Amino acid sequence: MPLTLNSLAALSGRASEHVLREEVEETGLTPEAILEKLRERLSIMRDSVRRGLASDAPSVAGMVGRNAKTLWEAEDPLKDPLLKRVQAYAMAVNEENARMGRIVAAPTAGSAGTLPGALLGVADHLGIPEEELLMPLVLAAGVGKMIGRVIHIAGASGGCQAEIGSSAAMAAAAVTELLGGTPEACAHAAALALQNTLGLVCDPVGGFVEVPCVMRNGFYAVHAVSAASMALAGIRSVIPPDEVVLAMARIGRLLPLELKETGLGGLADTPTGRKLAEEALKKA
Amino acid sequence: MIGPVMVGPSSSHTAGACRLALLARYLLGEKPKRVEFGLHGSFAKTGKGHGTHLALVAGVLGLKPDDERLKESLSLAEREGVEVVFKEVELGDVHPNTVRMALEGEKERLVVTGSSLGGGVVRVFDVDGFEVRITGSAPTLVVKNVDTPGVVARVARILADDEVNIAYLTVSRKKRGGEAMMSIEMDRPLTEKPLEYLAYLSYILWVRQIPPVMD
Ligand code: SF4
Repeated sequence: MPLTLNSLAALSGRASEHVLREEVEETGLTPEAILEKLRERLSIMRDSVRRGLASDAPSVAGMVGRNAKTLWEAEDPLKDPLLKRVQAYAMAVNEENARMGRIVAAPTAGSAGTLPGALLGVADHLGIPEEELLMPLVLAAGVGKMIGRVIHIAGASGGCQAEIGSSAAMAAAAVTELLGGTPEACAHAAALALQNTLGLVCDPVGGFVEVPCVMRNGFYAVHAVSAASMALAGIRSVIPPDEVVLAMARIGRLLPLELKETGLGGLADTPTGRKLAEEALKKA
Repeated sequence: MIGPVMVGPSSSHTAGACRLALLARYLLGEKPKRVEFGLHGSFAKTGKGHGTHLALVAGVLGLKPDDERLKESLSLAEREGVEVVFKEVELGDVHPNTVRMALEGEKERLVVTGSSLGGGVVRVFDVDGFEVRITGSAPTLVVKNVDTPGVVARVARILADDEVNIAYLTVSRKKRGGEAMMSIEMDRPLTEKPLEYLAYLSYILWVRQIPPVMD
């Protein structure tokens, strides 16, 4: 039986070790090879954060491009460097994505910023070395896989809850593990993050992965950190994690086509959304 | 679920499109002189903003989804003398992200149709009107042969003798006794000698070994 969030929650030790063992069995790769691949991906994530924070070049459709840099360089009236860091990192990755820069899909390109935003944001805030991020990444990939066995991870089939919802669950588990959480805490962090994205629609303006996608990664990276913080404090999802995933799958089927990446509903179907789409199409 | 590494903005419309075109390039087996892309559904409607055009051209030029030259693929094509044409097509009841690519090289012409299924996962399902299944997740052998009894067994034998395991096999033909095509997903690639031998057999008309395009 492949691991699910429920079966993971019942195990002892570190959650990521169980995921790594399963990955070794499934792929026939050595643990070192798997970690090496993730090390490479981590450095590309780093790169995209760095480039995104430094650039204000416009995106392909021109609707985003300067948000990460603006936030990063702004005053911090809340005096909360963690919040700002997590938001800015996540948006940096997705602005890079929107200007056709190189990123690591996690699990998709549209949701690529949530995981690095949360994980690298927390790690940098606390001064945690890069090498310690590898096992949390293993776990994040595993959580993505567990969700992917139940639903098709794409805005076009499940709405944004399937993309950014999944990325938030992956990130929540990863941050929980990074901060010493048990497998139970990790699974419940994922479930808490996921259940609070249920129903999130995919409504990109003009069909471009820009609005609301870039800002949405900023928001859900913070959301993932919140879920980790609650789970680490001992809060558990009342609905068992696997049932949350199933609920998401059912909602995905119920969502109308207009709200699944077609650019025909939600924010895309507003007077300004439609106007921006037209202008962007002319430009692109 | 962490990956692929890719040039944005969309795993389905950019990375997936690039992979489909890369598979088409491998199937052609040479640099194309001219490619006509028929975009269907969402590829036609929202492709522009997702860099689908750039990604497709990059793919037929042999670039992978994480190659930053993807952005400049149109000027690259011009420099390499590859003519590209885009059209909107209606392919009926297929996945919304589908492209039909008509490639012309020095020696070959080929029409390859495939869909980008989400998250960068792709499937080529038609080559010159033959039903195939090429996902690019494993080395794949594509064989066109005379439709005569025993060919499948013969090819399977050659693979077995090279200790290559078959993961997935499709066989399709247009009409009885005419031509047929097999697509064979394998656990590892066929070595050079058996591959040459295969191409040499009289009832084998055409062989391509396609490397994986997923990472
Ligand atoms: S709104 Fe749609 S395109 Fe944008 S991130 Fe969410 S699922 Fe992806």
